[in-house]
Amino acid sequence: MNGEVTGTVGTVGSGTRTGAIGAPMERLEGRAKVTGTAPYAYEHSFEGALYLHPVLSTVARGRVRSVDPARAEAVEGVRVVLTPWNAPRLARTDDREFTILQDDEVFFRGQFVAAVVADGPEIARQAADLVVVDYEAHDHEVDPSSPDRETYRPSADDTGVEPDTEQGDVEGELAAAMVRVDQTYRTPREYNNPMEPHTTVALWEGDPDRLTLYDSTQGVHVVRGTIAEVLGLDPELVRVVSPHVGGGFGSKGSAHAHNVLAALAARALPGRPVKFALTRRHMFSLVGYRPDTRQRIRMGAAEDGRLGVLVHDVMEATSRAKEYAEMSGACTRMMYAAPARRTTHRLTPLDVPIPFWMRAPGEAPGMFALETAMDELSYACGVDPIELRVRNEPERDPETGLPWSGRNLVECLRRGAERFGWRDRDPELRAHRDGDWWVGTGVASATYPRLTMPGSVAEIAHEQDGSYTVSIGAADLGTGTWTALTQIAADALGCDTASVRLRIGDTDLPSASVAGGSSGTSSWGSAVVAAARAFREEHGNEPAVGARSRAGTPENPDQERYALHSFGAHFAEVRVNADTGEVRVPRMLGVFSVGRIINPRTARSQFVGGMVMGLSMALHEEGVVDPRFGHVVNGDLAEYHVAANADVGLVEAEWLEESDPHVNALGAAGVGEIGIVGSAAAVVNAAFHATGRRVRELPLTPDRFLS
Amino acid sequence: MDTTITLTVDGERHELTVDTRTTLLDALRDGLGVYSPKKGCDHGQCGACTVLLAGRRVLACLALAVAHDGAEVTTASGLGKGDDLHPVARAFLDHDGFQCGYCTPGQICSAVGMLAEADQEWPSHVTEDLDAPVEIDDAEIRERMSGNICRCGAYPGIVDAIREVSR
Ligand code: FES
Ligand code: FES
Repeated sequence: MNGEVTGTVGTVGSGTRTGAIGAPMERLEGRAKVTGTAPYAYEHSFEGALYLHPVLSTVARGRVRSVDPARAEAVEGVRVVLTPWNAPRLARTDDREFTILQDDEVFFRGQFVAAVVADGPEIARQAADLVVVDYEAHDHEVDPSSPDRETYRPSADDTGVEPDTEQGDVEGELAAAMVRVDQTYRTPREYNNPMEPHTTVALWEGDPDRLTLYDSTQGVHVVRGTIAEVLGLDPELVRVVSPHVGGGFGSKGSAHAHNVLAALAARALPGRPVKFALTRRHMFSLVGYRPDTRQRIRMGAAEDGRLGVLVHDVMEATSRAKEYAEMSGACTRMMYAAPARRTTHRLTPLDVPIPFWMRAPGEAPGMFALETAMDELSYACGVDPIELRVRNEPERDPETGLPWSGRNLVECLRRGAERFGWRDRDPELRAHRDGDWWVGTGVASATYPRLTMPGSVAEIAHEQDGSYTVSIGAADLGTGTWTALTQIAADALGCDTASVRLRIGDTDLPSASVAGGSSGTSSWGSAVVAAARAFREEHGNEPAVGARSRAGTPENPDQERYALHSFGAHFAEVRVNADTGEVRVPRMLGVFSVGRIINPRTARSQFVGGMVMGLSMALHEEGVVDPRFGHVVNGDLAEYHVAANADVGLVEAEWLEESDPHVNALGAAGVGEIGIVGSAAAVVNAAFHATGRRVRELPLTPDRFLS
Repeated sequence: MDTTITLTVDGERHELTVDTRTTLLDALRDGLGVYSPKKGCDHGQCGACTVLLAGRRVLACLALAVAHDGAEVTTASGLGKGDDLHPVARAFLDHDGFQCGYCTPGQICSAVGMLAEADQEWPSHVTEDLDAPVEIDDAEIRERMSGNICRCGAYPGIVDAIREVSR
């Protein structure tokens, strides 16, 4: 593809003549980050701060009979003990996640039942331990695997993805198939665990009362909307500030209970900032997680591997407190050609904490299952796994019949195969041994929708010193937003990046959609391009000082006319110790097709980071629930293992040089999530090649290869 | 119970009063407003709070402030000279050895401490020959840096950065 941005959405204001887009620019906030001086939520300067420590329920279901704060209140330095009986009342109580200290019901273990605010963090913690809570415990259900659990069909998710679909003659094709795969795949509870714990500093002050939250969030306007509604405030009276975010991977994509608790505490102590940083252990019940999934995949194919039918039935756990559905089967609707297909999702409601987004919700567990099943089919047919995928390429989106805006899966697979050395691979199982280690290689596809969210607005103003201030309430959670939006603005204005002053992460700035669904760059970037165009139209190339223009993310009619998806191919080399079952992954390669790359340096880090999280998902991650008490027994970073440096070998990512003319004016789609999608399957498939042992349940702990 | 102690942080001497239960990390962050060391777990499990105490890397969340009265603490913000970044910090920028940046000050302090340990011939779990001079290759870097978790998965860039400085 050529290097020009073209398409029905329109071209970037001044083309790409500045060279800003596509330059490997160093992170603008990088200096502040390597010295540790970039302020995260807890780290703004506050006068007279107080500290909150919560009390969490120790039963998984029941009622709070009483809370006795007397011993806590007697501790010197304690300012207030909030209980369900004395906490300020909320305006909206229909969403259980945000209905904090309003009644006596306990929906899961680890729910807020009281909180202490004190002069120092040690005092608050000590006093929280002294609060006596008496419960009426009820029987609870936290184990999704017991057979007689009730299940139900969820409603469509926030992006309109339906739970069930069916096309063609599923039963007929299954009966007629020459080759069949019918297997069930499981993924455990997984936790985002961003390194910066979720944190809010809440301050009520002024007349009229104004609430400010210094928050660690992927969307300041999203948090403002929720908090204003729950507290019954005019949104104009709530400000959310979040210039730097220490990771999120989805869990910071919405307000959570702690925002409400901090706001309630601050309400009780006007004029004093109340600091509330969750502990690592709190994060295992209060800020979401990927629910456990059980996915049955049935495939029917001809002898040459061409699919006749694909069925993907998903069972997932959810919380009785609030529904969350992970649409893990959605990828099966568009990934491969087949005349018949069916996808279903069912939820098992349990007395567990509320699940929420974790990097590539749906696609990450779904493509683990689908791509492992494809590997099983390749062995069942005796067709090379790359060739099998090529044979099942759909010309159009199989579900909607729409043309692809650009489907370059095959190119990703071929390019990756060449670089990885796939051609020399001997498909024989358990045939390659290096000392104590069985060695194998595996491949899997990746996909992620090219989403753009409506509703973002950017403002551009010309300053006295000749620079341009570009304002939008966007978020940078390590994704490179500070840098990428600066590059986009410079390019659209036709100036150099040094002349752009970006402002993000504050509700005082124009509204921005959430950093989620890999939609940030597309949604905010499109608004910035539109604002730059409006600015040049209204003020020309010699703007007066103070000239300003605003514009929103434009509507994109191509969203209805094309199937917009990114693709990729993962390759992994795996070594499994013949005696101990230990699994090592010395080499991973990902090749991606995501449209234009705005900044190769930060994009590479996104891809590599996603692949490392996929490796972590494959080898380590599992939240283990104790069915007797309903808590996660390994709720800290020593026991919930995430990949450490020594777990990771060579991880390489590259991408196709391309531009998607239908996705937006930039030709660029998001890069934050596709790196994790399919990477765990590539590892599992490589482990099968190495050992001949097919593992269908994550993670690949050593015991799976022993016995 | 409160106690008054002195700490020299990045060359600046401070006197402060702390609750005797206060960790060195909270003394720096809540007491002095020095936020360069981060809190990722408060349990010695993540490395985000790593600082240098007399040149040695230490987890500030596992140290009690009162046990370090008079200590000299160096954080990532005090590693450079004036406006010049420390070579390890510079290399992290050059190799994009971070994303969100929350683990980064700890990674950088840890890397500086780790290179000093290697200079002093301290072996690690992966050092094969305990009599030969320590050579910092990729396996040594990965092993010695595994006390610092990066959930953004910037490890390949971190290893590239440290390898460059170690040469
Ligand atoms: S905060 Fe000290 S090791 Fe995690
Ligand atoms: S840069 Fe985000 S945790 Fe390391």
